[in-house]
Amino acid sequence: MAGLMSRFTTLFKVKANKALDKAEDPGETLDYSYQKQLEMLQKVKRGVADVVTAKKRLQLQTAKLEESVVKLDGQAKTALAGGREDLARTALERKALIQGQLQGLDQQIAGLEQQQQNLLEQEQRLSAKVEAFRTQKEVVKAQYSAAEASVRIGEATTGLGEEMSDVGMALQRAQDKTDQMQARAAAVNELVDTGALDDLTAPAGDDLDRQIASLTAGGQVDAELAKMKAELGTGAPAGELSAASAADAEPAPAPSTDAGEEAKG
Amino acid sequence: MIVRILERGQFRLPDDLHGRLNELDNAVAAAVAAGDEDAFSSAFGALIEFVQEAGEPVADSELVTSDHVLPHPETTLEEAREAFAGEGAIPG
Repeated sequence: MAGLMSRFTTLFKVKANKALDKAEDPGETLDYSYQKQLEMLQKVKRGVADVVTAKKRLQLQTAKLEESVVKLDGQAKTALAGGREDLARTALERKALIQGQLQGLDQQIAGLEQQQQNLLEQEQRLSAKVEAFRTQKEVVKAQYSAAEASVRIGEATTGLGEEMSDVGMALQRAQDKTDQMQARAAAVNELVDTGALDDLTAPAGDDLDRQIASLTAGGQVDAELAKMKAELGTGAPAGELSAASAADAEPAPAPSTDAGEEAKG
Repeated sequence: MIVRILERGQFRLPDDLHGRLNELDNAVAAAVAAGDEDAFSSAFGALIEFVQEAGEPVADSELVTSDHVLPHPETTLEEAREAFAGEGAIPG
């Protein structure tokens, strides 16, 4: 088996050469190349901006979910104080679910941050190379005929062609990643907006759902309930609490759906 | 020789390191052939690290063609496998 490197080198060069072959007239090649380089630089700048936008969106979502966590925690306390352990449990289940989502978001934001840094470095490198190419181009054009000039600058052209392909692939990768994240962010939003707790704890289709299901099934909710009870004072006859606070917690008896509505806000 | 690591730029390595580079590269190929995720990530990591440590970054103002090209450092076993299959790894 040939090495990965030789295999990949061949594949990459085929692609880089394809990108260079587009200008047929050698007299036009140099200016055409330079034009393409400037376009690529613009694309990289837009690519960086897209990554930054995606990152900001995830950060906003994080803030929103963090608010939900605080709110659900308060609701659970109110429900428990009102003697409604079932509702408190539902609120805590939702809280655990959202906390699971928050962890995933943190990782995604870190991933985008990294991608942004990489693209910025590549932009800088490409920008310097484009400038170097422009200088060489002007020098050879002043000294040689157009056809000879493009031969003389051949190494520079292929060198820069590689750089352009490299950056082009990085942009594609960044685009794929931000697309994936937007799709996931939309799914999380839907989850929060609909309070689709029951759906999510049902047998689930992907890793994330399974993770959430196991999280809510775990001991976390029980532990938190116990802790809240302790804070409230275990001796307190929960049923004796005022009707008003019970009503605050939850007016209707059907637990999960209504708690979902309650948590919505 | 000049080695490009995608998304990291080009590195200039002394020609006498070619043998070592090939050894590391073959280890990566073997891991891909075996479908061994752990072996791949350590072998590929070693290859990338070797190029970056033993090589000098090519100046940003220098325009040269690469003798060898490596995929970006976060490449997965699956993506490497696609390079051997000749599809997917090079989009567009």
